[in-house]
Amino acid sequence: MTKQISREGAVALLHDGMTVMIGGFMGCGNAHHLVQAMVDSGVGDLTLIANDASMPGYGLAKLVEHGRLRKLIASHVGLNPQVALLMNSGGLEVELVPQGTLAERIRSGGAGLGGVLTPTGLGTPVAEGKPVVEVDGRQYLLEAPLRADVALINGYRVDPVGNVWYRGDARNFNPVMATAADLVIVEADHLVGLGDIPPEDVVTPGVLVDHIVEGGAL
Amino acid sequence: MDRTALKEFIARRVARELRDGDFVNLGIGLPTLVPDHLPAGVRVTLQAEVGMVGAGPAPATDDDKRYVVDAGGQPASLNIGGAYIDSATSFGLIRGGHVDATVLGALQVDAEGNLANWIIPGKMVPGMGGAMDLVVGARRVIVAMEHTQRGAPKILRRCTLPLTAVACVDLIVTELGVFDVGDAGLALVEINPDVSVDDVRAATAAPFRVAEPLVSMV
Repeated sequence: MTKQISREGAVALLHDGMTVMIGGFMGCGNAHHLVQAMVDSGVGDLTLIANDASMPGYGLAKLVEHGRLRKLIASHVGLNPQVALLMNSGGLEVELVPQGTLAERIRSGGAGLGGVLTPTGLGTPVAEGKPVVEVDGRQYLLEAPLRADVALINGYRVDPVGNVWYRGDARNFNPVMATAADLVIVEADHLVGLGDIPPEDVVTPGVLVDHIVEGGAL
Repeated sequence: MDRTALKEFIARRVARELRDGDFVNLGIGLPTLVPDHLPAGVRVTLQAEVGMVGAGPAPATDDDKRYVVDAGGQPASLNIGGAYIDSATSFGLIRGGHVDATVLGALQVDAEGNLANWIIPGKMVPGMGGAMDLVVGARRVIVAMEHTQRGAPKILRRCTLPLTAVACVDLIVTELGVFDVGDAGLALVEINPDVSVDDVRAATAAPFRVAEPLVSMV
């Protein structure tokens, strides 16, 4: 069974109102071609879980610019001025999560855990409404796991079974997100043959990957 | 001093806080000037929360730009001997006490070592990014900032803005002096030889004691 599908076929699996994770850091490691296909498809009313809102015109920022998001869960939105405009006009709900907490909430969501205990956010607005748990005399916030309907991952080399090797720090949130969604679609900058990625170098094992889409140059 | 010279002045003093072999995370802006001023024989390994251990000075090639960015999303590079890690691992290093020091700016810092540097409600809502995890997890938290904001003190008896973390700051370095933050509050331990203690008091809205002897920060 081949996992490779077209970009259009991939975005046809996305529906209005879904929760979508997109890996990346300020656009680095976004599934750029899938984002563009989402813009072209018209899918909207989405809840997006991502580290940030990228920068104007780049990567997942296009979803903000085309008004496809109902809610954004992210750690940083300051490099995309459009987000503040939409927040102030009520056109976009934003939940800000500390970056390390975001990574762990996603990791726990993908690892079958009931959340994570972290000291990050104690005594700040992040702690509001969250249980505080004491372990060995130290206090921690209980942060709930995060999962999504779909995760869009960007890999540099992807083999036919979906094993992924990431280049540079474009990996960032991609590996954890690939564990935490019901459907995982990987955009491959380069499709490679079976066995071309040494097994020790596989970061995301292909068992996590449902579909592969060819990406390439921007 | 013009503002550029002032920032270099602060960065030069901060650089003396770092020890050979330290693993250090630098915030954006002024803290990024610190490596230029490291004393001879002191080499540090830079962490970037996006997933770099051993971040380098500049982008290596155009081809890398898409795949290697710094914590501000700008093209960057990794030194030979460095490592790329995913976001969960990156913040495991940060939260787990593996980072020796973090240097970052502040909107406000107070006599109890509370820090506010991520939000001005109604005005600036960029998000906390990795700051909340960094100041909770790094072994030493050094605030490097201009002493006042348009003449208004930034060192206060109690922060008025929402906090980044509680009682997290260890040292404050400004163009006027260096403050140690301890259980007994602030202590001015070094001073810019061009100003008097009264000058520092006039620009500071928190009580502080003056160390004996009070040494020059130059």
